[in-house]
Amino acid sequence: MTVETPLPAPLAEVVALFASSPPRDRLELLLDYSQQIPPLPDRFREHPERLEPVPECQSPLFVAAEVDDERRVHLFVEAAPEAPTTRGFAGIFHAGLDGLPADEVLSVPGDVTARLGLAEVVSPLRLRGATALLARIQRQVRGHLGDHT
Amino acid sequence: MPAPHDTDPKLSEYAHPEHLVTTAWLAEHLDDPGLVVVESDEDILLYETSHIPGAVKVDWHTELNDPITRDYVDGERFADLMRTKGIGRETTVVFYGDKSNWWAAYALWVFSLFGHADLRLLDGGRAKWEAEGRPMTTEAPSRPSAEYPVVRRDDSRIRAFRDDVLVHIGKPLVDVRSPDEFSGKLLHMANYPQEGALRGGHIPGAKSVPWARAANEDGTFKSRAELETLYAGEAGLSPADDVVVYCRIGERSSHTWFALTHLLGYEHVRNYDGSWTEWGNSVRVPIERDAEPAG
Repeated sequence: MTVETPLPAPLAEVVALFASSPPRDRLELLLDYSQQIPPLPDRFREHPERLEPVPECQSPLFVAAEVDDERRVHLFVEAAPEAPTTRGFAGIFHAGLDGLPADEVLSVPGDVTARLGLAEVVSPLRLRGATALLARIQRQVRGHLGDHT
Repeated sequence: MPAPHDTDPKLSEYAHPEHLVTTAWLAEHLDDPGLVVVESDEDILLYETSHIPGAVKVDWHTELNDPITRDYVDGERFADLMRTKGIGRETTVVFYGDKSNWWAAYALWVFSLFGHADLRLLDGGRAKWEAEGRPMTTEAPSRPSAEYPVVRRDDSRIRAFRDDVLVHIGKPLVDVRSPDEFSGKLLHMANYPQEGALRGGHIPGAKSVPWARAANEDGTFKSRAELETLYAGEAGLSPADDVVVYCRIGERSSHTWFALTHLLGYEHVRNYDGSWTEWGNSVRVPIERDAEPAG
């Protein structure tokens, strides 16, 4: 067994919650997270072009990651209500990463979605979409850090 | 006892109108004892957010597929599934779902492999039902479990495998994917992950008729005359033809299979569910490309 990269505490909590639930309950959990995405602030609602599309997801999803003066990451996501699975993954990353130091967000390994135990209930394409969402968040964070230095 | 048929005039033009119902008809028959409504979506959480009252969910990914082999469930698993969903062998099953009924048509096609007699599609699917402001609920249905016999799946009539398609080349083939997938420019629909096949293009000789051309803006099927113009006129098919339809994994082509078989009365239409994710990954099968991808 290989050693898994440790996750930031809030994300580790979400992952543990999924991993310790029976497969059927994991869908319910995903649904809970799909309902926990906070509404967009006005500056994004009025300028949706400031959100980056994530075409790897099966339904439209848009994300923006900002880094504040204390190098903390703030996430903003928009996904259609008729795409709850996509929203669920966005909700997981929001719950697990929003407000964390940028370095911790960048340390999250790309295979984290595999640790949620959703492979049995969600199609592989969806898991790839979730991995792509994380990659785009991290790329935006890296971009912002570049701006600051 | 099967539910009565929908006598809507648009439907009665089709070859087998008994396989389609309107939203108005379903609203009136929701409580019929011999009828079960099945929701089957691409987004496997959509049902949980709300569904037609009393509808049960069938998950294409976890419930219709074998968990190990790339194949559908066998007769025993299917019978178990039917029992837990409260569907008997005589039950009228009405399917609906998201994405213009792709997955609903796919589920209907899989049920057809088991010879379930009374299978119907809700014309316009979930979107039309919701757009009309018809009732939706989050309440889980409580259906009593039903008796269902173990029936052997019959793959011979409406399902094609790769080897069948290899010897079928030269006879009518319909590729229902988007034009860019057909030409080989994309390996998946636009805005979807470009993964899943190592080669792009189409099966030699296939006619491109994107599935969506069979549907109106609201997701309902086009009229019989319009469908005939499309499939007989443009694509040059005729009802006695031996036809194979395919897409990427067989879900969009189930929609076309339904239109050809039940709406136009074609008698020999097979769905190649291996579709492009099998063909585009297979070694040494012939592939045709219309033009070199740009760039």
